[in-house]
Amino acid sequence: MDIVKEVLEKQAKESAKYKSIEVIKHEEVKIDCGRLMISDPNSFTEELKENTETYIQNLTRDNVQLLVNSIWQLPTERLDEHIVVKLPKPTFALPRARKLPVPKPLTKWEQFAKAKGIKKRTKDKKVWDEELGKWVPTYGYQKFKADRDKNWVLEVPKNIDPMTDMFQKKKDLKNERVAKNELARMKNIARAQKVDVPRVGFVSEDSATAKELHIASTIAKHSTASVGKFQESLPKEKNARGIGVRELIPGAATKRKRPLDNKTERTEQIETVQKILNKRPKIDVEKAVQIQKREERIERENKPAEPKKKKGSHPKQVKKFGKKPKSGIGRKGNRKPAGRKRR
Amino acid sequence: MKRLSDEQTKIFFEKLTKYIGSNVKLLLDRPDGTYCFREMKNRVYYMSERILKLAENLSEDHLIAVGTCFGKFTKSNKFLLHITALNYLAPYAQYKVWIKESAEQQFLYGNHVNKAGLGRITENTPQHQGVIVLSMSDIPLGFGVTAKSTQDCKLADPLVTVCFHQADIGEYLRSEDTLV
Repeated sequence: MDIVKEVLEKQAKESAKYKSIEVIKHEEVKIDCGRLMISDPNSFTEELKENTETYIQNLTRDNVQLLVNSIWQLPTERLDEHIVVKLPKPTFALPRARKLPVPKPLTKWEQFAKAKGIKKRTKDKKVWDEELGKWVPTYGYQKFKADRDKNWVLEVPKNIDPMTDMFQKKKDLKNERVAKNELARMKNIARAQKVDVPRVGFVSEDSATAKELHIASTIAKHSTASVGKFQESLPKEKNARGIGVRELIPGAATKRKRPLDNKTERTEQIETVQKILNKRPKIDVEKAVQIQKREERIERENKPAEPKKKKGSHPKQVKKFGKKPKSGIGRKGNRKPAGRKRR
Repeated sequence: MKRLSDEQTKIFFEKLTKYIGSNVKLLLDRPDGTYCFREMKNRVYYMSERILKLAENLSEDHLIAVGTCFGKFTKSNKFLLHITALNYLAPYAQYKVWIKESAEQQFLYGNHVNKAGLGRITENTPQHQGVIVLSMSDIPLGFGVTAKSTQDCKLADPLVTVCFHQADIGEYLRSEDTLV
């Protein structure tokens, strides 16, 4: 009996050393065997403040015990003298370490296409060429070769210099398109990264859009000393408008008009009327011509009424004027002009 | 309804001064209230401020006309005077042409006035001057532009055009639908 007692006592002593594997919690803890993680929703007791170290140690032990318990409930295997457990899939969703990727910013064309509902159409990689009688790639490898075979001769238009190299011209145009595309690509990148890019001038009149040309012409027109005030304009010609265009036009910022009230509008209109009235020529050409005509008419009317002078009555007087008159030629030319003396 | 732009104002008043000279100022500066010109669908309307305030409540689509239509701006940005302006221009006319009763009908059908139809003309009217055409009983009939000055008129042949037709009150019937 003694031995049994001794053994039992020893056992009791042994077990007193270890804590029980049973852990009681007020609220159930959440265990995720997959991640070997446990989260304890129970609140701390007052003991935490008194002796923090031991309290946390105990708490941790209890929780770890719970985790180990749940692991031991999983089906075990024996592999090379070891007991092995296959962990289930983790259930706890860990928060993301990095921020979500932002969608790729649209290019200007993509924005436009989206707004207009334009869908991208995929081109076939190769198309059948009737002229060459073979399949020709639409782009990329061997495209150049096919193009050269097809357009081996180019027509020079009538309106340009007959010696122009049309092949070179074609090449130049292509290069320009490539350059324009590259510029657009850069602009798209700059816009995506929100970088301020200085305005570029106009590449050439061939590649500039109508809007760009309109802006250019407006700027040119306003670039005189009098900010384009005396520049002639076409009927219904308007200044270029748009975002940031106003800042480019010299003097436009100062020219901004305040809304008029009816009184100032009237005074301004009266001013313009006065200007128009003042503009009339000081010498009225019409009137002058009229006066001239009237006088001529009066003169013409008076002439036949003038009494004729007798022939040879004053021979000495006649002699005064130039040569002796020849026979057969009238004397009219020698006579003094008749009528009123005008100044 | 818009205010006239600077350019439009210039073109418009240049036209008016051709007919009534400095009296244009009297149209703007009236003792009986504030009157103004407004543009709507390329047409110029003359109205008092009171009517303007009422009209401003309506959108352009719902307005056919406000006040008195003076004329319209053509596509090439010239101003065309309409006959509806006659009531305002006739009293201020500086140069007038009276036409005989026999020629009245011819004029009201849109023809020019020839020497035979000319009854009376203001003294010293220059050539190409905007004039108001009146009947012998002083009823305004329309607008015209002199083809000959007063002096030349005296000597002209009877069939020679003296005054070019611009607008006449016959248009109220002839172009009823396009006048508004």
